[in-house]
Amino acid sequence: MRPNPSHTMSSTAAARGRNAITRTVSTLLLAQLFASAIPSPTWAALGDSVSSITSDTQTLEASARLDARATYTVHELQTPTGTVIREFVAPSGVVFAVTWRGPFKPSMTLLLGQYFGDYAHAPRRPGSSRSRLIIEQPNLIVHAAGRMRSFAGVAFVPQLLPVNVVEADLQ
Amino acid sequence: MIRRGFLTAFAPLLLLLQACGGGGAGSSPVPSPPPLPSGPNVAPLIVDAGPAQLGVNLPSISVRLCAPGTTDCHTIDHILVDTGSSGLRVIASALPATGVQLPAATTTSGDPLYECLSFADGYSWGSLRIADIQLADGQAANLRIQLIADPMIPTAPTDCSEDQTTSPPSTMPSQNTIAELGANGILGVSVFLQDCGPVCETIANPNGRGYYYACPGGVCTNTTLPVQSQVQNPVSRFATNNNGLSIVLPSITAVGQPTVSGSLVLGLDSQSNNQIGSSAVISVDPLSGNFTAIFNGRTYPMGGSIDSGSNGNFFTDAALSTCTSPLYAGWYCPATAVALSVTNQGVGASSATSNVNFSVASIEALTNANPSFAAYDNIAGTLFQPIMGFQWGLPFFYGRSVSIAFEGQATAEGPGPFLAYADFL
Repeated sequence: MRPNPSHTMSSTAAARGRNAITRTVSTLLLAQLFASAIPSPTWAALGDSVSSITSDTQTLEASARLDARATYTVHELQTPTGTVIREFVAPSGVVFAVTWRGPFKPSMTLLLGQYFGDYAHAPRRPGSSRSRLIIEQPNLIVHAAGRMRSFAGVAFVPQLLPVNVVEADLQ
Repeated sequence: MIRRGFLTAFAPLLLLLQACGGGGAGSSPVPSPPPLPSGPNVAPLIVDAGPAQLGVNLPSISVRLCAPGTTDCHTIDHILVDTGSSGLRVIASALPATGVQLPAATTTSGDPLYECLSFADGYSWGSLRIADIQLADGQAANLRIQLIADPMIPTAPTDCSEDQTTSPPSTMPSQNTIAELGANGILGVSVFLQDCGPVCETIANPNGRGYYYACPGGVCTNTTLPVQSQVQNPVSRFATNNNGLSIVLPSITAVGQPTVSGSLVLGLDSQSNNQIGSSAVISVDPLSGNFTAIFNGRTYPMGGSIDSGSNGNFFTDAALSTCTSPLYAGWYCPATAVALSVTNQGVGASSATSNVNFSVASIEALTNANPSFAAYDNIAGTLFQPIMGFQWGLPFFYGRSVSIAFEGQATAEGPGPFLAYADFL
């Protein structure tokens, strides 16, 4: 398999099972060693297609690796602050969920993309506070928690979840 | 956070119940607590509803601020004691309108500095100011603090507030007022010596969000800042008793209490009243301040935390009933109190473990029974997702002395960062 940082082989890799997963990850790690000679992996915000050239990598100055699961692909990037961001991609190529964990909160504008407006206008459920966020709208779920130097959260679009995927799978 | 405001719909009924039966408080014996620590390095701490009368499990303290090198001072009460952050932050309106003129902290080129502090939801935007502060016998001169909602500052930049929506207006909260914060300020005394730390020495906008800014001509741009120029953990800047601190709170009854009095003890192993001694010691990850938690057979690597600024214990437990009332969304409401147990395990210098038992009761039943109460040791909420870990909040602190050992600072148990706790019953 040739290095393919554009991630367009995601659904193929998923179909090939665990062996394909291992190869995919190692290939991309290899690609990172030659990052100057190979185009950076592209990243998409929630709801975007991975084929779009929206580059969170560039904005967040992140490095990336790829992991494939049974019915979806996980794009993982680690920003220079040590924050791990995972983008969950359906076989259709659409990012249906994002998670983050690390010492700094990511830009929600970058992470949520076209859903940022929904995030900005969604009512916060009563249990929300400065240390815990609960948004539960028909088209957007955001659960987050955090404090200085330790933030984590998940945002997903219920309608875009692949069959048999639940929130607890998004890790 | 639960806020008292939403309880008002029930208030007439609850007042009636109290008038008839005296509420739930009288039905349980109140434990007689041991004497709180005393000494010149001890400051009184209180858990009450706070200045906005909205708080539950909100521990606060009074801090004296002075214009540097002067006797131009003011004592601000109800400053939240927060083991989940570092740095002193004061809402500007909590200072007198005239007097206590705190000079601006500036860049090397003389431009005033500003800070955006990000929370899980919302932010605080303010200027960096210089103050002399006093807490018990601890004094720090020329301390850099954040003055939140300083009326003299530019509007929060969009990479801070992320608010670019005007019509309809966004519902994103801020933490810029006493009502929003539930306190007049925050005394951040986590294991970290600064708020941002080394990352902000080289990265001006961590993860695409602003942290420190300079705003010459009213136009704000991100700026890096050396750690010594950042907002400092105030206790770490005291002349003595500066390697950490302990928060001591007595145990409370299962129905809660209207208020609780405790102590903040400065220093660790430096006085007869601040010995860590036989406390359980939990090393924490130097990057996150977290340890590992084991709960219900699941391990949360570096997912455990102890945060006095969170008013409940937060974790994921599918077996616990969540509240059905939308007023208590995100909280657990078991029909009867449930006894649970967690193993805290150190990360880094030591992987020693400690088992902690705790109880979860229905927050709805507790607050309905005693709507004026501000302290509960058995309220808990859901985190929905395992990557958010197991987060102890203020309920953990009742009946304990909890110590915070600052990063790189020496103690009899070795250098921080670590947490330690012992029963105070």
